[in-house]
Amino acid sequence: MICRFNSLIVNIGCRIIVPFIFIYGLYVIVFGHYSAGGGFQGGIILAAGVILMRLCVDRKTTYKKYPPRMGLILGAIGVIIYASTGIVTMLAGGNYLDYAFLPIQGMDIPDRRYYGILIVELGVALGVFGVMTSIFDSLTKEK
Amino acid sequence: MKWLSIILVGIFAAFLFYAEVDMPAYGDPEAPGSVHVSPEYIERTYEDTHTPNIVTSVLADYRGFDTLGETTVIFTAGLACYLLLGGWKRHDM
Repeated sequence: MICRFNSLIVNIGCRIIVPFIFIYGLYVIVFGHYSAGGGFQGGIILAAGVILMRLCVDRKTTYKKYPPRMGLILGAIGVIIYASTGIVTMLAGGNYLDYAFLPIQGMDIPDRRYYGILIVELGVALGVFGVMTSIFDSLTKEK
Repeated sequence: MKWLSIILVGIFAAFLFYAEVDMPAYGDPEAPGSVHVSPEYIERTYEDTHTPNIVTSVLADYRGFDTLGETTVIFTAGLACYLLLGGWKRHDM
């Protein structure tokens, strides 16, 4: 049995809600250019999906699907994505985090800055997602 | 001693209320904070970045270095939780 509680409502509710939470988190991240949202909020929503799974599903199963040590690794990858974007623009001849110098072929400057913002938001979202799940796993660790 | 602290707090509150009269009104478009760089952001966001949401372009483009610091702060908080509350061993997983 992969369910932690012997309750139909909790198990089926978790099973139905979690995919929609993930989809909504991705939507908030990539729709940050046009509406309220962005990396921080979307990352938190994605982490809420993982935390709901941690609460409802058996510990061994969720730890196999998403290992606890994965959190800090993903957070570090997010920060590295952000910082290396700045270094790439610096190597291309601009200032640090000046997305107008991103080496993307066949694109004018506003579009480069648009995609620079998108890359940076993805980095922020990955960092926030990993760190939030890591904090939750640290707090609920079994002795 | 208790009355001394109350009197001190009262004096500083009087100073604050005295200084508050000189503050610009809430939402005043002529306030010094609103005439420095904010009009540039509002006017040029779309042609600079093709991003309709001004908040996102200010957060990630014009003030990108600030957001890098925020992300680093969050990562440091996660690292501190991991170090204080105990690391994960291989047999935990």
